[in-house]
Amino acid sequence: MTATDEGAEANGEAAGVDPDEVRHVADLARVDLDDEEAAAFAEQFADVLDYFAALDEVPEVEDEPDLVNVMRADEVGDGLSQEDALANAPDSEAGFFKGPKVS
Amino acid sequence: MSADDPSDADTTDGLNAFVTRETVESDADGPLAGRTVAVKDNISTEGIRTTCGSAMLAEYVPPYDATVVDRLREAGATLVGKANMDEFGMGGTTETSAFGPTRNPVDPERVPGGSSGGSAAAVAAGEADLALGSDTGGSVRNPAAFCGVVGIKPTYGLVSRYGLVAYANSLEQIGPLANSVEDAAALLDVIAGPDEHDATTRYDAAEGGAPGATDVPNDTHPADATEYAAAADGDVGGMTVGVPTELVEGADDEVVDVFEDALAGLKAQGVETVEVSLPSVEHAVQAYYVIAMSEASSNLARFDGVRYGQSGGYDGNWNEVFGTAREEGFGAEVKRRVLLGTYALSAGYHDKYYKQAQDARAWLKQDFDEALSEADVLASPTMPVPPMELGESLSDPLKMYLADANTVPVNLADLPAISVPAGETDGLPVGLQLVGPAFGERTIVRAGSALA
Repeated sequence: MTATDEGAEANGEAAGVDPDEVRHVADLARVDLDDEEAAAFAEQFADVLDYFAALDEVPEVEDEPDLVNVMRADEVGDGLSQEDALANAPDSEAGFFKGPKVS
Repeated sequence: MSADDPSDADTTDGLNAFVTRETVESDADGPLAGRTVAVKDNISTEGIRTTCGSAMLAEYVPPYDATVVDRLREAGATLVGKANMDEFGMGGTTETSAFGPTRNPVDPERVPGGSSGGSAAAVAAGEADLALGSDTGGSVRNPAAFCGVVGIKPTYGLVSRYGLVAYANSLEQIGPLANSVEDAAALLDVIAGPDEHDATTRYDAAEGGAPGATDVPNDTHPADATEYAAAADGDVGGMTVGVPTELVEGADDEVVDVFEDALAGLKAQGVETVEVSLPSVEHAVQAYYVIAMSEASSNLARFDGVRYGQSGGYDGNWNEVFGTAREEGFGAEVKRRVLLGTYALSAGYHDKYYKQAQDARAWLKQDFDEALSEADVLASPTMPVPPMELGESLSDPLKMYLADANTVPVNLADLPAISVPAGETDGLPVGLQLVGPAFGERTIVRAGSALA
C-alpha cells in the first residue's frame, strides 16, 4: 500500500500493508496515530483491502441515470447569525473563527 | 464534561440507551400528540447537544433543528432524549459510541445492533413510544431486528436529511422505529415530504417528477400523495413475495428456520412466493464500504477543532494541530473508515476501488429492478445472525462488516425496506426484511403489517 500524491501503482498487492504506509495515509487524512494503532491498522487494512479486491470481478454496467438539475428560486432567506455560527467554535475573535497560532 | 466520564452518559436505566435525556413537550395538537419519541444523536436538536456518539462533538449544541425534528414538534410529539449510537453511525452494534455501549433489552449481555441501537433499545424497553434512527447501510433495520421492533428505511429522497450530521450522503435516510408497523408508518407520515433545505427531496413538475414514482403526479412529492399508516391493513391476499436465494443462503440455520416459518405464515394469508436471484449482491458489501468510507473521509474533514469539535488547544503547524485534535476526538472505527476512504480515493487507487464500487452499485440497481418486476416485494432475513454478545465482534472489523450483507444492497439501490419481527431463536429476536420498489413504502408497510 503506497498511496502517494503523484499516483501509485494501482495493481499492487493489497496484502502486506506496513505501518509506515498506514501513517502516510493518516497524514493525508490529518489523523495522528500512535505506534500501536498504526500496527493494528496495518494488519486490519490488509484483510479489508484483500476483500475489496473482489470488486475487480464487477462487470462494466451500462448506466444512464436520468439525472436532472433541480434548482430552487434564488431568494434571500434567513440564515444563521454570526453569533450562532461561532457558538460551537472552541475559540473565536472579533466575529471570526480563531485557529491555532502559527509559531 | 468528558466523553470518558460515565456520569456524562445516561447509565441510570442500565441499558445506556440515551446519551442525553431531556424532555421537550410540544403543545401542537397533531397526529403524534401524547406520543414520546427518542431521537438518534446524529439528528440536530436546537439547544440540545448532539454528539453523534463521538468525543469530538461531546459539547456540540446545534443552533437549529433538523427538518424531521421540526415536523415531530408540529405533530405534537414529546421528545424524551437523544439516543445512543455507534460513533458517527459507524458500526452495527452501538459499541463504538464514546459514551459506552447500549445493551439489548431482550438480553443485556447482547448488543442491540446498530448504529441506531439506542433508538431501538428505547422503543423495545418502553422508554419511548417511537424513535428516529438513520440508515446508511442498515442502521435502522439491524437494531430493529436485534431488539424485536419494527424499523423502516425509506426510499432515498423521501425524508429530508437537513440537520442529519452526514456520514455517507448518497446512501443515508432518516427512518422510524416503533413497536408496530402501523406506528412506524404513522411516524413516517409525519417526517416524509419535500424540504427546500434538502435538494434530494425536491421534484419539479417540469422535470418529470420523482424517478420511479409513476403513480404520483409530477408536481407532487410521493409523500404528499400517500398515507403510509393507512396501508397497514394486513391485506396481502394476491401479493407476490420474491425470495432472493443469495440473501438466505448466507444466514445462520436457526435464523433461516424462523424466516421460513414467517414466510409460511404469509403464504397462509394468500401470498404467493417466488425465488428470485440477485447475483450482484455478492459484491454489495465491498461496494458499500468503499463508497461509505470514501464519503466519510470527505464528510468528516470538517471536524478540525476550529469551527467545532475538540481543539485540544495546541499551537503550531495547522496540519499537525488538526492531526492531534482528530487523533484525540475520533475513536478507532472512525479513524479506520476515514483512513480507508482516504486511501480508496487517493491518486492511483480511485479507479481500482471507487469507480468499480460505483459500477457494482449500478449493477445492483439493475438486479433489483429485474427482481421487482417479478414480485411486489422481496423478503430475506434482516440480519444473517442473531444478536452478538457484547465485545464479540469489535476486534475484527471485517467480520463486523460482513454482518451487513443483507441490508447494504438496499441502500446502494436507493430502495425502501422494512424490518419486522419474524419470531425468535433461543429467545433472541429475528427480523424479516421486506424490500419494495422506489417510493413503494405502502407495499412494504402492507406486507409487513401481515406479520406484526
